[in-house]
Amino acid sequence: MNHLEFTLLVAAGSFVAGLLGSLTGLGGGVVLVPLLTLFFKVDIRYAIGASLVSVIATSSGAAAAYVKEGFSNIRIGMFLEIATTIGALAGAFLAAFISTRALAIIFGVMLLYSAYLSRKPRPRAQRNLPQDPLATRLRMNGDFPSEEGGMRHYNVQRVPAGFSLMFGAGALSGLLGIGSGAVKVLAMDQAMKIPFKVSTTTSNFMIGVTAAASAGVYLNRGYVDPGLAMPVMLGVLAGSMVGARILMKAETKILRVVFSVVIAVLGLQMLYKGLTGGI
Amino acid sequence: MAETADQHGWTDQKLENIVGNLLRTGVSLAALVVFVGGIIYLSRHGREPANYRVFQGEPSDLKTIPGIIRSALGWHGRGIIQFGLLLLIATPVFRVALCIWGFTAEKDRMYTLFTTIVLIVLLYSLLGSGSAF
Repeated sequence: MNHLEFTLLVAAGSFVAGLLGSLTGLGGGVVLVPLLTLFFKVDIRYAIGASLVSVIATSSGAAAAYVKEGFSNIRIGMFLEIATTIGALAGAFLAAFISTRALAIIFGVMLLYSAYLSRKPRPRAQRNLPQDPLATRLRMNGDFPSEEGGMRHYNVQRVPAGFSLMFGAGALSGLLGIGSGAVKVLAMDQAMKIPFKVSTTTSNFMIGVTAAASAGVYLNRGYVDPGLAMPVMLGVLAGSMVGARILMKAETKILRVVFSVVIAVLGLQMLYKGLTGGI
Repeated sequence: MAETADQHGWTDQKLENIVGNLLRTGVSLAALVVFVGGIIYLSRHGREPANYRVFQGEPSDLKTIPGIIRSALGWHGRGIIQFGLLLLIATPVFRVALCIWGFTAEKDRMYTLFTTIVLIVLLYSLLGSGSAF
């Protein structure tokens, strides 16, 4: 395969990953690394470098659209970014000392867990929670446009638990080159009891900054290859932009099921390759 | 008290709008530069065989900022792509820097401090982490 054919095929694959990721809300980053390593036989370190870059592109692109709607909370995001960026830096450093086989195994486990998370029903959100002293001191409580019209107030809970989970989300992002949006949403929505819509948009806002913290390390270490990152970034970006356009009309329920099955299969395959040393 | 909260909300919203525009511009510009670099790269090397199976790491002119700028100015396709990727990585860094300015304008010292910590981590990653190896 020459560079031109390789570029076109990778761009097409990345386009589909970006499209499905944005349509299902599960993110395209999780399938990119398995796609590149399993089908295109790319070394996992190059694959992670390229994936990180595309994560920044899609997150920043999507965040630009969301911030104007007034859902995301810039204070919650910024405070938690202290945890995610330091975690990302730690993850990126750790990646240098971990074998590619171990990386594949961790990736496989993460994929299986994401597939499980995406199928698990979300517990009903509690409303009218009391003010938490720490969250109030940190001025995190806010309002957002509710479905019933008008603004709805929310009080943030359990800041230390959320902060710790965010460190983990950052470390995973730096280690595996993913946005780890699922863990971020888990930290905000489940631990800190922030409304789901605010959690998802704030998470999207944070993903770019988190990924940038580890992307710098990957770039300096020579893990970002321009020939590979170019089709991946452009493909994913185009795919997620098209996905955002058709999101309103499409029936995404079945698509979510299909995509989570794909994620699970890729997870098993990564696990197998890691365990047998085929990577 | 209610009045200060409203004022907060208004300035935050304004800041978020500026941030949104910055992100959009940064990503579009980066994508354009990467695309142009890609065209140049493929027009010169498109017929050569591709191999990413063996990990070699990038040469120093594609992993340090001065090296990338030199390579891009030399009109090398890979250097231009890498410069575009550098712009992309820099976009969230600018976003954080802009937020420091915003929080300072709101006289919010606590969040100015938080944001400064985030910026230091990002700048360390981009500028300082190379010497750690």
